Amino acid sequence: MSYEYKANTCDIVVIGAGHAGCEAALAAARLGMKTIIFTVSVDSIALMPCNPNIGGSSKGHLVREIDALGGEMGKNIDKTFLQSKMLNCSKGPAVHSLRAQADKREYSQAMRQVLENTENLLIKQAEVVELLVQDNMITGVKTFSGAIYSCHAVILCTGTYLRARCIYGDVSTYTGPNGLMAANYLSESLKNLGIEMYRFKTGTPARVDKRSIDFSKMEEQKGDEVIVPFSFTNYTEDMEKEQCSCWLTYTNEKTHEIIRNNLDRSPLYSGNIKGTGPRYCPSIEDKVVRFADHNRHQVFIEPEGNGTNEMYLGGMSSSLPEDVQIAMYRSVPGLEQVELVRPAYAIEYDCINPNQLLPSLEFKAISGLFSGGQFNGSSGYEEAAAQGLIAGINAVRKLQGKEAIIIGRSQGYIGVLIDDLVTKKTTEPYRMMTSRAEYRLLLRQDNADLRLTELGYEIGLISKERYQSFLKKKECIEKETERVRHVMVNTGENVQSVLKEIGSTPLNSGASLAELIRRPECNYENLARLDEMRQDLPKDVREQVNINIKYEGYIEKQMRQVTQHKKMEKKLLPKDLDYKKIPSLRTEARQKLEQIRPISIGQASRISGVSPADISMLLVYLEQKYRDKK
Amino acid sequence: MKQKETIAAIATAMGTAGISIIRISGKDAISITDRIFKAKNQKCLAFSKSHTIHYGYIMEEGYKIDEVLVLIMKAPNTYTKENIVEIDCHGGAMVTNRILQVVIRNGARLAEPGEFTKRAFLNGRLDLSQAEAVIDIIHAENEYALQSSMQQLSGNLRRKIEELRKQILLELSFLEAALDDPEHICLDGFSEKLSENIEKWSIELKKLLSTADTGRILREGVKTAIIGKPNAGKSSLLNLLAGQERAIVTEIAGTTRDVLEEQILLQGGLSLILMDTAGIHNSSDQVEKIGIEKAKASLYQADLILFVFDVSKGFSEEDKQIAELIEQKPVIILLNKIDLKEEWNLEDFEIKFPNLKDAVKIPFSAKKGIGLEQLQQRILSMFYQGAVSYNNEIFLTRARHKESIENAINSLFAVKESIACHMPEDFFSIDLMDAYEALGKIIGEAVEDDLVNTIFKEFCMGK
Repeated sequence: MSYEYKANTCDIVVIGAGHAGCEAALAAARLGMKTIIFTVSVDSIALMPCNPNIGGSSKGHLVREIDALGGEMGKNIDKTFLQSKMLNCSKGPAVHSLRAQADKREYSQAMRQVLENTENLLIKQAEVVELLVQDNMITGVKTFSGAIYSCHAVILCTGTYLRARCIYGDVSTYTGPNGLMAANYLSESLKNLGIEMYRFKTGTPARVDKRSIDFSKMEEQKGDEVIVPFSFTNYTEDMEKEQCSCWLTYTNEKTHEIIRNNLDRSPLYSGNIKGTGPRYCPSIEDKVVRFADHNRHQVFIEPEGNGTNEMYLGGMSSSLPEDVQIAMYRSVPGLEQVELVRPAYAIEYDCINPNQLLPSLEFKAISGLFSGGQFNGSSGYEEAAAQGLIAGINAVRKLQGKEAIIIGRSQGYIGVLIDDLVTKKTTEPYRMMTSRAEYRLLLRQDNADLRLTELGYEIGLISKERYQSFLKKKECIEKETERVRHVMVNTGENVQSVLKEIGSTPLNSGASLAELIRRPECNYENLARLDEMRQDLPKDVREQVNINIKYEGYIEKQMRQVTQHKKMEKKLLPKDLDYKKIPSLRTEARQKLEQIRPISIGQASRISGVSPADISMLLVYLEQKYRDKK
Repeated sequence: MKQKETIAAIATAMGTAGISIIRISGKDAISITDRIFKAKNQKCLAFSKSHTIHYGYIMEEGYKIDEVLVLIMKAPNTYTKENIVEIDCHGGAMVTNRILQVVIRNGARLAEPGEFTKRAFLNGRLDLSQAEAVIDIIHAENEYALQSSMQQLSGNLRRKIEELRKQILLELSFLEAALDDPEHICLDGFSEKLSENIEKWSIELKKLLSTADTGRILREGVKTAIIGKPNAGKSSLLNLLAGQERAIVTEIAGTTRDVLEEQILLQGGLSLILMDTAGIHNSSDQVEKIGIEKAKASLYQADLILFVFDVSKGFSEEDKQIAELIEQKPVIILLNKIDLKEEWNLEDFEIKFPNLKDAVKIPFSAKKGIGLEQLQQRILSMFYQGAVSYNNEIFLTRARHKESIENAINSLFAVKESIACHMPEDFFSIDLMDAYEALGKIIGEAVEDDLVNTIFKEFCMGK
């Protein structure tokens, strides 16, 4: 037995200081728990080892939800962004998505400062090698140096570091991202605890020297003039700064030919990489093989930060050998002379089958053990942060004897993310997508605060002042929506000329202002002149009123669907339910139900392999048991 | 666990008994019946005592549908512990189903398989040992419902639904891919293309609906077109089925100049609307030409086609034309005048008309009545598959199909409206998904992760 010593005692240990770990640790400490966060390198807290941006389609939604619940990611990117853009602006409000380019170094530095200045929180640079468990309950962790930290809960946020291996061509190193130290021992400890592990793979493109790029051959991509902040605590007026540009260029047939000619040297195709990679984030060689009919693919050149010349080649992740990478990148217009700073690589790492988790993100089999982030089989900074936050909150609530916070699928993307992870079969790193949310129209990025601030306040991560100003905003929106519903517009000359001006057809008879707002070319703003009693209201309020009225029919339709769905979510399944005793379940359904142990009929119905007939059987059985007890 | 909805179903085996019973259970069972039942003594059922029988008529839009006995049983002393009404009516499938439809139109919902028993259990009517048996019943009936609806779906219908779903999913996944990855995938021109597709899908679904329209078939009968070249024996067949001289029958080809309609009732309660058509041949006679056009139109409307083929005359160009006209429809081929030709080889027919290879063929003589029995049985089995031996399940599942197709059509219409209102593209996906799900119910497939999988498979996403 190696050397051991008793180092410290705390309430909660967080393993890993990436995006999940930071949120978990901050939530725990802010809620009053004595918390220690471990990282293999204090210099890489909140590191962004892949793309230099936060947000984007559906991920932007996650960040705003994290903010509404009292998390840190939104505030941190607001402090450190280089460029900001609202994507999908030409489409409906449900799919508007905020995305910001980050200054990676500053992002990491700012987050580190927040952690360092948070009460109850200690940062330790050490590799945790073992979880200490007694009677299926967490009692502490042990580090590589033999230090034992006793605690009541552990949150695993190891990201891509567990037995990490980086690969390009024939080169492979047993390191984490960016050559950082991998964590090689913890996997063994987890396996010994009976935890089922997966091996996943992801990849990142090369970083190149800005001075070697010919931007004149590329299209410039500028940021938005009016910046919407991620955090509901920030205001557009305070966000102004000089923004950096991104650049767009394309691959071509020559690029594809270089790739095709060297496929045999790719570890993905030679079988050297065994991990399961994500389909949504294919390497360039994957794209060329799978979409052979595409004669070009986009390449986005994005800055890594203000203090560096490094640029990120978005769209061209690869694990081809370095010489092939150089040839391939240099075939792209504008990159003819490009110099690589760091080559592209694929990375393999251990993660878990997240079906082993409860929706609270606690392991079903080990009390007090929670996990979040890429360790749970997801991908992306935002997905990680969202889980970290929820795992942190629920670890605290567990220690306080409170009921876990579970966000419903109709409450937030965070709810969809976690429900999918713990319920559905995971065969690749899970990325959030707007198509995964069935109630998208209700889960907009613009109303994340309206959906979740209340909950954030209840949890204790939203201050009283913030809550009060939120209540004021909410009331203001409700009042104004109601008022607009009752404003009538006549067929007077003034009205017709306003309508004509905005390209709308004249009115034949009087109508309500709300009806006019629903016309495609009209909105709350451009009809202001027909609404004499209107008061001057803040922009975010006006936006909500417009959406509430303009899309009322669709919103109501989704609300009705939600009511249906909630009925099933409220029918809870007992924790100790013995599925073997339910005679008529089909074998496949029984196995799945036993494995996942859903908490409600609603969750059970989303498990693949469980049919409507099985659900009806469960309902009857439950009723029978209920009667039995009476 | 009190159930809110009132449910109804036919409780007796279809087609055999002299009397059929429609059972209604739920809070509104009695008030629904009051709306459609006119008691001989003019009394209102709501004020009648429990467990009493009432004589009168089931009315629809002021007309008497049937003379019935109504038994009312008030909660809680009933099988389901809810209000129950049983309507005893006169046997036949047509009348019984028509009454069921009226009950449903007045506020009841079609019962799921085993639902009365399930309610009896859930409302505490059955004890625990019985409950185990109930679970098995629900299971078995679920399986049966699925299986029988699968069986009903002829290969063609199933393929059609699958094909439509595939097309919808592809458009949906393109849309979703573009929303998720706006910088890589552009939606220019998508609305226009989607509009065209929706138009196309809606037409196809409406076509399906018309062939799967059990409600209409039950109410009005199976529209049956009789077709054949002149003097093949069409009118003789009509007369044989109708049991009287109705059409003008002569030995001269082309005597029937108009489409004659005759409604007849087959055993088992199925009614046929027979449409005799002018023989299809190339005619210069103006009157005849009009008759032929009408015949073609009636083919288009028909639920069933009886192709009368004159075996005594051999094959002709006209038979070939007919075969081409009818290959898309449910067809029974009557090899008529078999009495005039002793040696007849079925294989010849199949070689000549390969496109009618799968159609039912019956050796027949309209003159002597040979094959009549077999014809009636075939028609019954085509429209009431298994119904005679297996109570009313077929109607239920078919009614569900119809409902699903109607839902899909409505959802597609909603997408069309969204497009017309210039809604942003992401709004289309709400109703497109609904249409996809509705069609999935017909073939028993849930959505699961189809969408996400198709997005990844078909479109090149991301970093």
